[in-house]
Amino acid sequence: MSTPKRDEPKSAYFLVDQKDREIRTTFCVLVDNEAGVLARVVGLFAGRGYNIESLTVAEVDHLDRTSRITIVTSGTPAVLEQIRHQLERLVPVHKVFDLTAEHPGIERELALVKVAGTGEKRVEALRLSDAFRARVIDTTHSSFVFEVTGSAGKLDAFIDLMKPLGLVEVSRTGVVAISRGAEAM
Amino acid sequence: MSSMTTQSQDPTGAEIVVRALKDHGVRHIFGYPGGAVLPIYDALFQDDAIEHILVRHEQGAAHAAEGYARSTGKPGVILVTSGPGATNAVTGLTDALMDSIPLICITGQVPTHLIGTDAFQEADTVGITRPCTKHNVLVRDVKDLPRILHEAFYIATFGRPGPVLIDIPKDVQFRRAPYVGPSNIRHRTYQPRLKGDLKKIEQALEMIAAAKKPVFYTGGGVINSGKLASHLLREFVRMTGFPITSTLMGLGAYPANDPQWLGMLGMHGTYEANLAMHDCDLMIAVGARFDDRVTGRLDAFSPNSKKIHIDIDPSSINKTVRADVGIVGDVAHVLDDMIRLWRARQLRVDGAALSAWKLQIDGWRARKCLAYKTSNDVIKPQQAIERLYELTKGRTTYISTEVGQHQMWAAQFYKFDEPNRWMTSGGLGTMGYGLPAAVGIQVAHRDALVIDIAGEASVQMVMQELSTAVQFDLPIKVFILNNKYMGMVRQWQQLLHGGRYSHSYSEALPDFVKLAEAYGVVGLRATKPEELDDRIREMINTNRPVLFDCVVDQMENCYPMIPSGAAHNEMILNDNSEEAAVSEAGKVLV
Repeated sequence: MSTPKRDEPKSAYFLVDQKDREIRTTFCVLVDNEAGVLARVVGLFAGRGYNIESLTVAEVDHLDRTSRITIVTSGTPAVLEQIRHQLERLVPVHKVFDLTAEHPGIERELALVKVAGTGEKRVEALRLSDAFRARVIDTTHSSFVFEVTGSAGKLDAFIDLMKPLGLVEVSRTGVVAISRGAEAM
Repeated sequence: MSSMTTQSQDPTGAEIVVRALKDHGVRHIFGYPGGAVLPIYDALFQDDAIEHILVRHEQGAAHAAEGYARSTGKPGVILVTSGPGATNAVTGLTDALMDSIPLICITGQVPTHLIGTDAFQEADTVGITRPCTKHNVLVRDVKDLPRILHEAFYIATFGRPGPVLIDIPKDVQFRRAPYVGPSNIRHRTYQPRLKGDLKKIEQALEMIAAAKKPVFYTGGGVINSGKLASHLLREFVRMTGFPITSTLMGLGAYPANDPQWLGMLGMHGTYEANLAMHDCDLMIAVGARFDDRVTGRLDAFSPNSKKIHIDIDPSSINKTVRADVGIVGDVAHVLDDMIRLWRARQLRVDGAALSAWKLQIDGWRARKCLAYKTSNDVIKPQQAIERLYELTKGRTTYISTEVGQHQMWAAQFYKFDEPNRWMTSGGLGTMGYGLPAAVGIQVAHRDALVIDIAGEASVQMVMQELSTAVQFDLPIKVFILNNKYMGMVRQWQQLLHGGRYSHSYSEALPDFVKLAEAYGVVGLRATKPEELDDRIREMINTNRPVLFDCVVDQMENCYPMIPSGAAHNEMILNDNSEEAAVSEAGKVLV
């Protein structure tokens, strides 16, 4: 009887194979818009120790009472497979789609960015906002509120640029995503 | 007049509940009244088609319903009030979720206009039970109530079974709405798949035909799939001639007296079952979920085998152990297809290889891993179970257990030949499960012999249900292996913590015989090996509830044991336990 070598603590509780890299993945979950459905999804992630990097939810079909939840998470391929199956197990879930590996999709996020300042800084903020195709949706003599959409990375870059120019406050929607091409999910 | 307008002759919400239960064939419910469910209790009072079993604590109701469900294959129903009624049921709901037991739990709730005001006996029941039910719903409109009730039965029993909770505010119980019957329930979203993928089944059959060292590893899913699944499993296992082992939850699906049977596997499984799992080249997992109590050290689990995994829950496949072929489907459906295709394609197993494999297994069997030393002075716990089995085996006997050493000895030494005869808390490991479960089993099987194999520590957790047994004339037998310790805790402290028995001694034990008398049940005690058989016979022949205090060896350990963090081939056996050592890594595990 051979004894397996035991160089590091490993067991049933260390399921993540260290060789597998974590992958950032976007799931779209179509659910019945009923009371508590978001709590079920969020509780699943919290209870099983999965990450949530971003989560958005809104009703997408009023007649059919269905909502669409977009969740950005990360995990090894095995963990991602579990996340998907665990989501599918929830009774009010219609469909789960992986918009990273299975059906490559496009992602967008919207941010509202408040910047306060006067003089040169104010002019520079407005000039940069133009480069990012941000829109001014509120203004006073000493402030702007910009609306900017794009990938999460683009929003990060814009917000970073605003910091020295009087950034006051940021509000972001989180990621929404949809698959490319003609087909529905 | 539209059918959706409310008429004064329409039933109330409370009446709808009772009607729906009857329409789903419910004959018994387990419950405890309170302010927020009084309308439902009033509706029950005016209807005698359903027998209500009044428990003494809501945890008892949930475990009784589990015992009822597990022994009949039908869902168990519980009815409890808001707040503490619901929170007391949480342990039982979690237990049912872990072991995939179909339950319908109806809870009262404070009236809708008081929800969120911290009203008397208000608790966020759907919030608390969301992670411990398969599904739960707060009913806000009485018009939705019939549909929600019917869907609850569908969800609880269809696919992988589990508990479903329906929280009904008191005002909804009083309001009226038209009743709609349960025909044609088709759930909007929940439609589990029953038939397995035929391509994968064919692939699995080819692997079975080519296997040289195969083993069936079966679990509670076979029991849950129904009697037909056990029947088909027996047929297929005999057709192939392969050896078979089972998890704790799967005992009885395959007869324990059959020569192909290896005994239970896992942490306290047999030497032959665990080594067959470790050395096999093909593992056929049927309705089992690779629990950590089964696999032990994962990276050394059955290292050289291909694995076929049949499970109705897609999330069970590849959860902890990668399957080479994963077949999503109901066990009976999949086995039926397997047998049919095996015959149609006239497949044969590798007979020569199988003979050699069986010879190797016989060598492991010869190790006699369950052997123990008897004594003239003190009853050995293993001996108590063996005698209990020998003296009850001819009868229709149902066994429940609590959790701990006695549970493992019962699994090792009581031989089950039929499914649905063995009720135990596997996943959650709930001390206190067995006595109320026995109550529920006896309600379903009035004439059967129902025995809760217990420990003196576990049995005290939900002991008050003895009173329920007396009230409803349920002659359950509570067979306590009394070693004056929380035996499994003590065993771990001996093996892992240098024999420092921190708080595991059962101090200030009641005199169980006197306690029995106080409850109005029969108390029996055996302390010497020579009185064991007579006392067991006396217990069997008593047609009233019995509390049996079987005083056993205090320091006996349960072997074989795979210590935490070890592999299947690193078992501690009774005769090598002196040199047993648990790794530092293993000590942090449960």
